[in-house]
Amino acid sequence: MEEQKKIVLSVTGVQKTFGGLQALSNINLEIEEGKTHAIIGPNGAGKSTLLNVCVGRLAPDSGTVMFGDTVLTGKTPYEINQIGVARVFQTPEIFPALTLLQNVIIPALAKRDGEFRFNVFNSLSGEKELVAEAESVLEDLGLEDQMHDLSASMSRGDKRRLELAMCLIQHPKLLLLDEPTAGMARHDTNRTIEILKRIKSRGMTKVIIEHDMHVVFSLADHISVLAQGAIIADGTPDDVRGNPKVQEAYLGGAHL
Amino acid sequence: MSIQSTRKDLLIMAVFTLAVLTMPIWLDPIGAAYPDLLQKFAIFGIFAIGFNILFGLTGYLSFGHAVFLGVGSYSAVWSFKLLTMNVIPAVIAGTLIAGVFAVVIGFLCLRRSGIYFSILTLAFAQMSYNMAYSVLTPITNGETGLQLTQNDPRIFDAAAETTGLPITELFGMKLSGYPGFYFCAVLLIISFFISLRIFRSPFGLKLRAIKSNQVRMNYTGFNTRPYLLAAFVISGMYAGLAGSLMAVTDPLAGAERMQWTASGEVVLMTILGGVGTLIGPLLGAGLIKYFENIFSSYNEQVLHEIFSFLPDLFENIMVFVVNPFVGEGWHLTLGALFMVIVIFLPGGIMEGWTRLIGLFTKDRSKPDNNTPASAKAQTSEG
Repeated sequence: MEEQKKIVLSVTGVQKTFGGLQALSNINLEIEEGKTHAIIGPNGAGKSTLLNVCVGRLAPDSGTVMFGDTVLTGKTPYEINQIGVARVFQTPEIFPALTLLQNVIIPALAKRDGEFRFNVFNSLSGEKELVAEAESVLEDLGLEDQMHDLSASMSRGDKRRLELAMCLIQHPKLLLLDEPTAGMARHDTNRTIEILKRIKSRGMTKVIIEHDMHVVFSLADHISVLAQGAIIADGTPDDVRGNPKVQEAYLGGAHL
Repeated sequence: MSIQSTRKDLLIMAVFTLAVLTMPIWLDPIGAAYPDLLQKFAIFGIFAIGFNILFGLTGYLSFGHAVFLGVGSYSAVWSFKLLTMNVIPAVIAGTLIAGVFAVVIGFLCLRRSGIYFSILTLAFAQMSYNMAYSVLTPITNGETGLQLTQNDPRIFDAAAETTGLPITELFGMKLSGYPGFYFCAVLLIISFFISLRIFRSPFGLKLRAIKSNQVRMNYTGFNTRPYLLAAFVISGMYAGLAGSLMAVTDPLAGAERMQWTASGEVVLMTILGGVGTLIGPLLGAGLIKYFENIFSSYNEQVLHEIFSFLPDLFENIMVFVVNPFVGEGWHLTLGALFMVIVIFLPGGIMEGWTRLIGLFTKDRSKPDNNTPASAKAQTSEG
């Protein structure tokens, strides 16, 4: 037998319909600790819907999402984040009116202060540890030169990296990435892959939704293929690559 | 970095304190150095600073903040009637009771954001205004307004006065004229200091983050509702303080203080000065109150005198053109000024100031944390 696996996230029997459209039908999924789990599939397969169900943005019609022993279904996004799940969006969600440093300090404050803390009496510039940590995370992602610039003026690729930095500073137990390299130049994509590999070596569990097969096959330990709201294949990258059903779903899937 | 910014804040506070306390001197040349107007500067300054904590930091535009102004005034007058003519209990009562109102109104209105939030606050304000005129007459004394009388119980200093209406005092010092102004000025300085602390605190940064991207805030692990409510209550208490100071300088309270025009005025002040900047709303408040004072005192007679150097025909034309903008028509001037600011300087006076500085020091490209975000985003987006 295999050595014992620890399941971080488990999705059981999740269904979701929008009007008449069955977006997710009876999804069962288990994410192992420390692994990078990729979810791939053609457009409209329900990948983002699945992610949104996991972080509490959408409520499933039935089924549950468990994080360790905690039920995530029915919790709000901020509660889910406080439990240890961080998310990178398809279009970067950052604080455009703030500087890069402030952008990263905010999630660090969330980690330290919890959902709400009325800390009006201490000055931000006195929070030396927090600022130092934020600086080191930005440095880690190669953003330290722009630290004091407004994040609104950054390139899209840099915004994505900033959002990643905002998630990483929280040291989440599970990181969900929705197409982290979409719209990036090849050079930027490779850089992001390098960063994600580095994170992996630190043992952070990740779920990646991705179109770019180059990214998927260079990062994933495990791949689930979603098509028309159902999981049609699930296994190691090699299993999935050879699966005829997957090739059919991708209409011949030239790049697989 | 931290020592430097602490020093900078100390400098800001020192300059600010000095500037406020010497207002009677440096405002003299422009004819604004008399207690009545100076008090107005301080009171509306406090109102605008508080409003800016909500609107400037979180971006939630309340159109009903005058409610808290009115509540503060009524509470203060009741404190004068029931307790004592000492202003300390009046100010505390005005601030706290406005805070209680803010908790209730904020709790209900903050269920929505954007335009719906604004409409809800406006609805509450108009409701309160109408109630003050109708069902709440026993408390507000309806159209006459709440006034002091000689028969008021005033349990702490009942035996004091016998003839005429009593005057507000601070431990025996009569608060009319300049002492009244200095009392307001000290509270303005304290209010400014608290606002500065909020701007510099983690709490303040979180409020700004809510304004910038509330979705991200939620996915970052923050429950934004209590933050918004806290900001709403703080700004409501500032308004309550301002309202109670109105009663301190002139101990009567009327419902018109709660009318939507009063709520709108503080919005104008904040935008005129610069939303989200530390000092901008104060400048806006001062400017509006100053020009209101000047323009509304002009009438046709005065205009004829001003333009008397022109030939008769031109004199009459000028008077005809300018007349609608002064006196009762001062709001027309305000409206025009407001339009110019919003169109050409969306960041208000403070943006104009930063641009002016930028013209002279070209190489200072590092953005300052206090300049309005909208302005910076526009210039840097390109």
